[in-house]
Amino acid sequence: MTTLFTADGLTKAYPGVVANDDVSFSVGPGEIHALLGENGAGKSTLVKTIFGLVKPDRGAMTLHGAPFAPADPSAARRAGVAMVFQHFSLFDALSVAENVGLGMENPPPLGRLARRITEVSREYGLPLDPSRRVGDLSAGERQRVEIVRCLLQDPKLLIMDEPTSVLTPQEVEILFRTLNQLSDEGTAILYISHKLDEIRTLCERATILRRGAVVATCRPSEASSAELAELMVGSALSRPERPAETPGGTILEVTGLTLPPASAFGTRLQDVSFTVGAGEILGIGGVAGNGQDELLAALSGEMPSAEGAIRLEGADIGRTGPRERRALGLLTGPEERLGHAAAPDMSLTENATLTGWQREELTRNGLIRWGRARDFAERIIAEFDVRTPGPDAAARALSGGNLQKFVIGREILQRPRVLVVNQPTWGVDAAAAAAIRQALLDLAREGSAVVVVSQDLDEILEVAGRFAALNGGRLSEPVPADGLTMERIGLMLGGAHDMEAAHAGAPHA
Amino acid sequence: MDLSSINWLLLIAALMVGATPILLAAIGELVVERSGVLNLGVEGMMITGAICGFAVAVKTGSPALGFLGGALGGAVLSLVFGLLTQVFLSNQVATGLALTLFGLGLSALMGQSYVGIRPPATPKLDLGPLSDIPVLGPILFRHDPMIYISILIVALVWAVLFRTRAGLILRATGESAEAAHALGYRVIRIRLLAIACGGALAGLGGAYLSLVRVPQWTEGMTAGAGWIALALVVFASWRPWRVLIGAYLFGGLTVLQLNLQAAGMKMPVEYLSMSPYIITILVLVLISSGRGRISTSAPAALGRTFHAST
Repeated sequence: MTTLFTADGLTKAYPGVVANDDVSFSVGPGEIHALLGENGAGKSTLVKTIFGLVKPDRGAMTLHGAPFAPADPSAARRAGVAMVFQHFSLFDALSVAENVGLGMENPPPLGRLARRITEVSREYGLPLDPSRRVGDLSAGERQRVEIVRCLLQDPKLLIMDEPTSVLTPQEVEILFRTLNQLSDEGTAILYISHKLDEIRTLCERATILRRGAVVATCRPSEASSAELAELMVGSALSRPERPAETPGGTILEVTGLTLPPASAFGTRLQDVSFTVGAGEILGIGGVAGNGQDELLAALSGEMPSAEGAIRLEGADIGRTGPRERRALGLLTGPEERLGHAAAPDMSLTENATLTGWQREELTRNGLIRWGRARDFAERIIAEFDVRTPGPDAAARALSGGNLQKFVIGREILQRPRVLVVNQPTWGVDAAAAAAIRQALLDLAREGSAVVVVSQDLDEILEVAGRFAALNGGRLSEPVPADGLTMERIGLMLGGAHDMEAAHAGAPHA
Repeated sequence: MDLSSINWLLLIAALMVGATPILLAAIGELVVERSGVLNLGVEGMMITGAICGFAVAVKTGSPALGFLGGALGGAVLSLVFGLLTQVFLSNQVATGLALTLFGLGLSALMGQSYVGIRPPATPKLDLGPLSDIPVLGPILFRHDPMIYISILIVALVWAVLFRTRAGLILRATGESAEAAHALGYRVIRIRLLAIACGGALAGLGGAYLSLVRVPQWTEGMTAGAGWIALALVVFASWRPWRVLIGAYLFGGLTVLQLNLQAAGMKMPVEYLSMSPYIITILVLVLISSGRGRISTSAPAALGRTFHAST
């Protein structure tokens, strides 16, 4: 097989951590090659090196057989390497065409560029209106902007960093068709993911990274998901077990909740209704930006809602604030760990005190009882296996997974009647994610009601007894999670918006 | 009060002169803010420009060189701000406020020997028969060149921001420095250029004040014009032509207040002097209440420190 791109002994160290350790692999023309690894395994650093955003300490790369060492992204683009970022590098206030133009080396005038965008997006089944503002687009549409931006430059190697994390299952299918079409045309694709099923269906070869080093190269279609997972994590993972639920009486009742959007590009909540019983976990799925933030703010009390819209054990809490709700037993764990769930520069003890002072009686006459607060923080650290030097460490100093265990543990130890969490395992390594999910299941078993809002559908199916989809600010009727298929869930999430029709006429459909 | 004593033609002509310093400073600050940087030191850069321009004009006898000197003085001072906030990552608000105080002090020191001197006069532009057109002539065609240059600058800023790739990159940097960096743009260099440009225009506005509008040097002569310019950028929701309209409105209020005073109005003039600021506060409240489109027109990354993580 001829090779298009090779990496040879790439090494990059940051203070305290070796992000890439002697990484070597190769990609052939038209090959879809997977880079598989956990969060923190060094995938992102590796692709940033290829795209010229990071300079390796050691090692070399070749492209088309010639040495390749891009000084910056524009050098990489000139050489034929394009990248779709995990966190989109898009500008909300600018139009689609302007966004595309910014990512190109020598963009044509806007009018001609707009026509090219329409052409290319049709050809690959990714319809886009070049004059729309990016801030008004859905996550799937934003990704199309990124992809079209890359395609217009006719890349030889296309890097995709976790492209499916924001897509509905139907959108994923369409994306895969586009990628296969590109591969048939000779474009190599470096596909980064930690979703094993995707890689097994899409990729020809996979390079598996663990703690910065290559641990294996294999053909994913010939390996089982369990084998891949073991290579990736280093040990067999135990999946949390979900007991048969016997929901008790209703604890949290939401009826006809309607709220204006939280920000200029937010979503209006429309007539959201659901109930959660004691011992039950309700999973709310949906692509980000469909009202999750608003729903969380309404449940936590950060945004007051109408009288009677939210009831906790029969009592109307629609207009009460977060403090009263916490006192009554409704606790929340927001999505953003640093800045929302925890104050980055404050110690773990202080962060524990911030939400726990009422229910754990950490204050007296307005004075903080530091001894008790410290004990509480130490209890969280011990019971949830938070790896940290101690309760005096700043929240910022913890890794994502450890901090997440801490903020979730902090709420669980306060014995909530209802716990609402948003994206509880986002950006967390597999072992910590399993521990967090198990903790949520245990909490429900002890009789609390739990609401899990997540974009990770596998996660929801793993923990939730019932599933509801949030789409455009509306919540579907909750259905039992057992026996739900991905396809059914995809349809509940609003399907693929307008993408389906476009592909029907394409030759590769 | 005798309103007939006011010559409305002269008033409108004076309005353009009164508005030009604010206009220049505001259009400069607009460029800076569009790149995502909030420089609150406009007042300091203006007054530094005023004394630099004044000194150069007096020494060389040439108003044109004076304006150039003013722009240069403002730009140099703004680069102090740029160095502190972009390279040493200091807080933009605090640094901007410090820049204003520093500029006021520095200009007072530099200007000690220039108090009470008259600068060389800036000639009016001779537009021949155009100036003799009734009504329009005195209003539009009997001014010094800087008035026309300032309007040209507004047009130029508009064209660059919205019609060129360089302007697109500048606006993109103001929307999301991280995304711009990921695409390979040099965020810090772009922002430093924008800051220098803003400083130069603020300095030019200051020089206009000391060379044409007053024209002499007194300590603290900008008297809050820099703050009005800052408010004006928000008021105009970061759009160049609206800055022009806003500057003439605010400039108009200042001139009108002087005329009303002369006409013997009973109401304390302080009310009128307050009015630009009151309007500004009202507009700011409307904006931060989050209603309507105006709240979304601010550059998304405005005032946020950018540090490349790689």
